[in-house]
Amino acid sequence: MIHYVKLAYRNLGRHRRRSILSGLALALGTALLLFIAAFFEGEMRSAMETTIRLNTGHLQLQDADYDPDKLSVAWEYLIEKPEQVAAQIQTLDAVAVAAPRLIANGIVSAGDEAVGVQIIGIAPESKANDPYRDGLVEGQFLTAEDRDGILIGYPLANSLGLKPGDRLSLLVNTANGSVDEQVFTVRGIFSTGTTAYDKGVVFLSLAKAQVFSGAGDRASLIFILLNDREQAEAVAAAIRTPAYQVKTWRQMNELLVLVNDFSNAYLAVINLIVLGVTATVIVNTLLMSVFERTREIGILAAIGMKRRQIIALFLTEAALLALGGVAFGGALGWALSAYFGEVGFYFGDLGMSAQMLMQDRIYTVLTLEAAINLILTAFVITLLAALYPARMAARMEPVEALRGK
Amino acid sequence: MEVARLIEVTRIYKVGNVETRALNGITTVIHEGEFTALVGPSGSGKTTLLQLIGCLDRPTSGKVIVAGHETTHLNHNQRADLRRSTIGFVFQFFALIPTLTAYENVEMPLLLNGKSAAERRKRVMELLEAVGMVNRAHHRPDQLSGGEQQRVAVARALAPYPKIILADEPTANLDTQNGEQVMEIMKKLNRETGTTFIFATHDPRVIKHARRIIALRDGTIIEDQPGESP
Ligand SMILES: Nc1ncnc2c1ncn2[C@@H]1O[C@H](COP(=O)(O)OP(=O)(O)OP(=O)(O)O)[C@@H](O)[C@H]1O
Ligand SMILES: [Mg+2]
Repeated sequence: MIHYVKLAYRNLGRHRRRSILSGLALALGTALLLFIAAFFEGEMRSAMETTIRLNTGHLQLQDADYDPDKLSVAWEYLIEKPEQVAAQIQTLDAVAVAAPRLIANGIVSAGDEAVGVQIIGIAPESKANDPYRDGLVEGQFLTAEDRDGILIGYPLANSLGLKPGDRLSLLVNTANGSVDEQVFTVRGIFSTGTTAYDKGVVFLSLAKAQVFSGAGDRASLIFILLNDREQAEAVAAAIRTPAYQVKTWRQMNELLVLVNDFSNAYLAVINLIVLGVTATVIVNTLLMSVFERTREIGILAAIGMKRRQIIALFLTEAALLALGGVAFGGALGWALSAYFGEVGFYFGDLGMSAQMLMQDRIYTVLTLEAAINLILTAFVITLLAALYPARMAARMEPVEALRGK
Repeated sequence: MEVARLIEVTRIYKVGNVETRALNGITTVIHEGEFTALVGPSGSGKTTLLQLIGCLDRPTSGKVIVAGHETTHLNHNQRADLRRSTIGFVFQFFALIPTLTAYENVEMPLLLNGKSAAERRKRVMELLEAVGMVNRAHHRPDQLSGGEQQRVAVARALAPYPKIILADEPTANLDTQNGEQVMEIMKKLNRETGTTFIFATHDPRVIKHARRIIALRDGTIIEDQPGESP
């Protein structure tokens, strides 16, 4: 066994600054990749969680004919006796909460301004509404008996200049295809941290919404959250009947699932580009090293070193460099991800559609799996790239090498 | 006993359309224990001849037999094997590995030959002793004078008990005193160990040490006679 490591280590030490710089290139590349991966992961998780929590739930039970794009409250599209249905679903072990919601199209106006909104009738006491209750910034939450109060989002309140106690006028598309208008009192103002959502919805108590829109005692859907979202398909199968359709979070968030897959492919491309650049730096360093050491390689060959031993020598050098690089880069990437995982990035309203809701602040999430994958990939790609200069060294004829003074 | 035999060896270099006949039909035998000088003007083919005997290069035609092996048909790895076990090199420009100490440089061929740590240590110390470099064992080449480096190179060449040591102008970059010292050491080791030495040189002060002198001109042997040295 030749002391490859000793030789390699000393060779790197011979041009310490150059070695450090190229190790650093790999380190920064690795750190950057870890950080990008953590950012995407955080973004996707946030988008999925936010969309589920605020908008789709894990499951929705709807009338078989219900069309979420129309938001019609005509009776044939609605669920009868929704409280009873919700209570029944709630008894299932896998279900965390099930609550009826009535959704109708409407227009809010205050002063000269008018804004199109979704009017959502909620059972105020249900845990399903915690994100709005917890996000209350001013005033009070709705109660089941409230016949006059309305809950509006912070962005809407801001743009219409409304405070709790102020009055606004609400227009609704009713069950029989006409419109109705009433005045409500702003009971409270909420913020979920997702501007795209908050600016487009208003809440009424379910009972008031039913009367106002002429839906009788019906609801558009039962909003269901599960203890474990992976059980969505199983629970859906259990509660589906010919009269109802049950949609899972995966079906309702097809776009998001697609974006997730797409962003993974996109990430792979970024990874290859960044690693390609860092590998080039390392290859360049090793090539310089090979050319400078032409004579030395000749000497080693002359005293009987074989080609594969010369390759091993240069690969060991690359491995040391790569090890230092990915170790430092891994630590740096982890530290960055941990920091921004705590502090987050403020993005504000990205203007996403309601199909893909995102918190205004994104927190990076570095998974162990992603970290290990990236670090190993960086290491392996560096070694593969190093094969080129290593083989170049091994192919030198000792005679030529010795003459090349 | 013969350690090398060359039969009608020709080596032609081709650079573009230009052919150089560096060696032209060399036939000779080198016997064990020789201390032979290869002399001749610049370009006469001395280095080329050493490279062929040293299995660093292959002849264009003819046969080179080293330690009983016909080397012409050996592949890259087989030639490396033969070099490692049979041949030691000493070059004009003190060819030591710059990152290794004197000790480690001498140890290198022993490592390549798979010798145990104890064997290596014994052999390295013995050789450093023989070339008078024990007190410089842990110096790196850039901390040694040219003469000292060349003595380490001689020790390294001898480490794996080779049959032949090939030295290409070993004193060309040394002053008289250091050159003389290196020649004395090589001569002493030749006497004591019976290792064959062949050295290419222009230097009359070096030639006087030889017991056999082969004179080359334009790639052919023009003279082959015993030297003045006893
Ligand atoms: N790699 C090569 N390519 C082309 N020509 C070469 C090569 N090596 C040697 N030659 C030529 O072959 C001839 C013999 O060269 P060689 O180096 O063997 O001479 P030498 O006797 O060692 O000379 P010197 O005393 O200057 O070292 C010269 O004409 C030289 O130019
Ligand atoms: Mg020469």
